Amino acid sequence: MAEQEDRAARYDEVLADPRYQKLVQRRGRFTWTLSIIMLVAYFGYIALVAFDKSLLARPIGGDVTSLGIPVGVGLILLAILLTGLYVRRANRDYDPLVDALRRGDKE
Amino acid sequence: MSGNANWPAIAIFAAFVALTLAITAWAARRTKTRADFYAAGGSVSGFRNGLAIAGDYMSAASFLGISSQIFGVGYDGLIYSIGFLVGWPLILFLMAERLRNLGKYTFADVASFRFAQAPVRSFAAVSTLAVVLFYLIAQMVGAGQLITTLFGLNYLSAVIIVGTLMTLYVLFGGMIATTWVQIIKAVLLLGCATTMAFAVLLQFGFSPEALFARAVEVKTQLAASTGLAADAAATKGHAIMGPGTFLTDPVSAISFGMALMFGTAGLPHILMRFFTVPNAKQARTSVLWATGWIGYFYILTFIIGFGAIVLVSNNPAWVDASGALRSNNMAAIHLAQAIGGNLFLGFVSAVAFATILAVVAGLTLSGASAVSHDLYATVIKKGRANAAEELRVSRITVVALALLAIALGVAFQKVNVAFMVSLAFALAASGNFPVLILSLFWKGCTTRGVVAGGTVGVLLALVLTILSKSIWVDILGSAKAIFPFMSPTIFSMPAAFLTIWLVSRFDNSPRAAVDREGYLHQRIRAETGIGAAGASHH
Repeated sequence: MAEQEDRAARYDEVLADPRYQKLVQRRGRFTWTLSIIMLVAYFGYIALVAFDKSLLARPIGGDVTSLGIPVGVGLILLAILLTGLYVRRANRDYDPLVDALRRGDKE
Repeated sequence: MSGNANWPAIAIFAAFVALTLAITAWAARRTKTRADFYAAGGSVSGFRNGLAIAGDYMSAASFLGISSQIFGVGYDGLIYSIGFLVGWPLILFLMAERLRNLGKYTFADVASFRFAQAPVRSFAAVSTLAVVLFYLIAQMVGAGQLITTLFGLNYLSAVIIVGTLMTLYVLFGGMIATTWVQIIKAVLLLGCATTMAFAVLLQFGFSPEALFARAVEVKTQLAASTGLAADAAATKGHAIMGPGTFLTDPVSAISFGMALMFGTAGLPHILMRFFTVPNAKQARTSVLWATGWIGYFYILTFIIGFGAIVLVSNNPAWVDASGALRSNNMAAIHLAQAIGGNLFLGFVSAVAFATILAVVAGLTLSGASAVSHDLYATVIKKGRANAAEELRVSRITVVALALLAIALGVAFQKVNVAFMVSLAFALAASGNFPVLILSLFWKGCTTRGVVAGGTVGVLLALVLTILSKSIWVDILGSAKAIFPFMSPTIFSMPAAFLTIWLVSRFDNSPRAAVDREGYLHQRIRAETGIGAAGASHH
């Protein structure tokens, strides 16, 4: 029981820490923005598949390659790019904040 | 080829089995505690876990199924691939680190974190078993068909070999052996696919345009040879460059897209991999590697499919007069023979078999953990089971699941593998995903809401699937499907979210107050990892 009380006290401390609020706000804003970009891009693509198949089948310039190829491959690359962006930001900006909170450093 | 033993394939496969069994023996000595068995002691690095996730996720169904679909109809295969990939960023942004910070062995640890344990874990265990069983049937049937064609074995012995090997890996080596089997498989599969795509592109001077142009030419000639007029044949040839008949109505297209994207984020054997890393940072790193490898793999699959159109279509040994494959799903395998002769064919066949083993091992471990850690230890023993008993139950479940998988693999021999996989994704998107998202992000969420909503989602997805063409017409023989769309997710997933919200909103039980009050502390732990289970050290 003592351990649980310790932890509850520890959580109350973190909750009152402005760095925690900063972390949650910043990370929340960034992750939801990235999630929405991914959702819009993917369901935009699915909407094209659903409603306008001919647009994706249209050849680019005089080539055989259709518009759907760069769009599709682009979506795969976008997924990888967004995960990379998040990991870079988290390593650089969020981890130091989390570490400070975990150690219980005073500001 | 069917019925003849393929010796290079058998030799290479035997080498793979020997290596993985040696690893299992080594892992068995290191598997002492529950943490070792369920989560490899939480000591897998982000890079290795990324490869293991890729190995857990890239199934033979995607390698053989998608490349064969591209071989048949072209562009549609890419729509599948994209759907299988886009769930990963969401897993990273919303779930991976939080799962690691809140859970220990199963995703139910996270879903039930602030709720009454027994009801939420019971739901999670049942829904895990449902997803695992459908996925397992798909893999067993795929394995049976593949091995019959490639190795000349009969279906039953093929299914028994898969069942036996996966039991050995999981029973003795637990998560440590499973992880290494998945890593080795990922490396082999990526190596194979890279070689094949490279060989295809080499023939076209590394110009995708030249590859596509030749593929359209081949398809046009095929269409013309069936008696079509020149312009009709050209239209048919060009059809492989755009979306075709795979998703005809808009509702099915969107529903199917939802199942693939959100289903990925609800697959229990995938979520379980986040408990094998030491901390949130490594969980994050593993998703980046996994997304990179899986995305790269799907781009390769696309090249391989088009390469098969060019290099496989003209060989009467492999295709009939209309250009359709004689043996289903074997486009990539024939391409391997066209590129590198019998030896490379043997290599690719062995890798395809290894691919199935890695996936079924992950599935079995996940199903066994749901039974032993969630149902037995928490619901039945109310948290008073000792670790040794829990491990024993887990191992018994592994054997039971393997026997069940063999029996179901035989019973469902004729089922469409792609359909079973999409059903598993639809169930995961309609049950586990809404439950996890709302328990992680909505303070008002309660025990009753989660259990009611998750159950509604899973049941609705199941019922609508039974009422759809795939079962109602094709299996039960009715004239017309009651549910007219291809995938249930567009209805079942929102129904789950809505039910969780409604039931939680009007839940005035004393437990609901506890559930809501628990949110703040859950969130602190999810965001910072303070109080999280650490890695166990040997």
